[in-house]
Amino acid sequence: MLENKQPEDDDTQTTGAKEGQGMENDSKDIRVDAEPSAVALKCTDLLGIEYLDVEDINLILDTAEQFKEISQRPIKKVPALRGKTVINIFFEPSTRTRTSFEIAAKRLSADAQSISASTSSLVKGETLVDTALNIEAMYPDLIVMRHSRPGAAHLLARSTTARVINAGDGAHEHPTQALLDALTIRDHKGRFEGLRVAIIGDIAHSRVARSNIHCLNKLGAQVVVAAPPTFLPLDVESLGVEAHHRLEPAIEGADVVMALRIQLERGGKLSFPSQREYFNLFGLTKERLSITAEDSIVMHPGPMNRGVEIASDVADGPTSVILDQVSNGLAVRMATLYLLAGSSKDVETAA
Amino acid sequence: MRVKATVMEAAQMDRTLMRISHEIVERNGGTHNLVLIGIRTRGVPLARAIAAKIAEFEGVEIPTGSVDITLYRDDLSQISPNPVVQKTDLPFDLQNQTAVLVDDVLYTGRTVRSALDALTDFGRPLAIQLAVLIDRGHRELPIRADFVGKNVPTSSDEIVEVRLESIDGENRVVLCEMPDSAGEEASEDV
Repeated sequence: MLENKQPEDDDTQTTGAKEGQGMENDSKDIRVDAEPSAVALKCTDLLGIEYLDVEDINLILDTAEQFKEISQRPIKKVPALRGKTVINIFFEPSTRTRTSFEIAAKRLSADAQSISASTSSLVKGETLVDTALNIEAMYPDLIVMRHSRPGAAHLLARSTTARVINAGDGAHEHPTQALLDALTIRDHKGRFEGLRVAIIGDIAHSRVARSNIHCLNKLGAQVVVAAPPTFLPLDVESLGVEAHHRLEPAIEGADVVMALRIQLERGGKLSFPSQREYFNLFGLTKERLSITAEDSIVMHPGPMNRGVEIASDVADGPTSVILDQVSNGLAVRMATLYLLAGSSKDVETAA
Repeated sequence: MRVKATVMEAAQMDRTLMRISHEIVERNGGTHNLVLIGIRTRGVPLARAIAAKIAEFEGVEIPTGSVDITLYRDDLSQISPNPVVQKTDLPFDLQNQTAVLVDDVLYTGRTVRSALDALTDFGRPLAIQLAVLIDRGHRELPIRADFVGKNVPTSSDEIVEVRLESIDGENRVVLCEMPDSAGEEASEDV
């Protein structure tokens, strides 16, 4: 791929004057002295966390960190992606993620168009590849897609020259969710190494869990999952997590507790006797959370079922960072759009 | 990269920054409604240095911020991969302030144009002025500096490098020769 001119800077504190410090200027560069020059993701599509390495993850998080500030400005828009077209195709219902991607694209001055399944020709029986080819014919630069089938984003990525961002493919992956969760954890904890993160709920059907497990493992956190046996995939330990069938041993001493939504539409209701029973055994309540680490935080990817996986006083309580997750989602999506838009799929090196 | 000449030594840089600081206060009739904004990367420590000098002789702390122009570059769609985004930090309201942009080298003027666009997104300052340590000519846009440390005639295959203590470990301005082909690994020996 693109040769990586890794600038060894974190926020201007570069040293290295002695070696004429990295004067790799693009000929058209508007600055003449050495700048932290471009870095690229090693992928042209964001299909899953599984395919990213720690460097890529950190690049996205660091870029997102800078993008947060844009949403605080009086004029919440920068011209970075002027003239780029971002198409959001959502074959599954979504409010938060779709809106987040739309706003992210708009804050970067890209033109964003959303298509939802109910209003698209998919209901008329068009195949995914045909839909992709038709969208391709309108020259989009980035396509964001959510689909109920695992691997749908991979299929799309193969059939288009636009950069593809997976916004959820069945129970497989939801990479931007894991990245925004990681950014939120980093904001509050300042590190990943040595953190104990408990993920509670329907692990088996959850793309959020899968992406988060990959992401947190790569970043060096310890992931623990807890759920009724029907919610745990067989051999869940092979993902590199510690698994429990009771809540308490998982959250004991945990720095982060993440509740997952019980996904009634994905057969969730067949897996446990009643919502009340689930709440009684796995619902996050103040009393239960008293055994977590002292300054622990509570997360939820939304939408929440209050009184099922999480009690209202916890969701709205001081340890909840659920709304921070939403704000960070915007920054993370801006960062992924920006970084992917700068990569070119038919590979050519920096101009 | 080969260093051809030293343009400024540390002591001279210090005196020059002192003069610019005085000029800024003189031009604006004091420090009222004055803010300093450094352009990333090396404009930021320069802006802080100027603020410190003004604090020395005027006894007033001038609010100082930083702006990263990456997202406002006019060549973003032409370069790949995209450049690293750094922090923009303007911890004050620009409305009715006189903002002095600070950068190390004024060359094509494109950085300054980008910075002007960026500032516009934060409010409507009363006026924007520009202070640079080095003006090396070769403008590609109708932009000029209000406060100049030193005019250095250069040819376009030369590079003016401003080295600052906080970033590069020394205060010095040098004139370098561009390596034959841009993008080639910079040579180790300076």
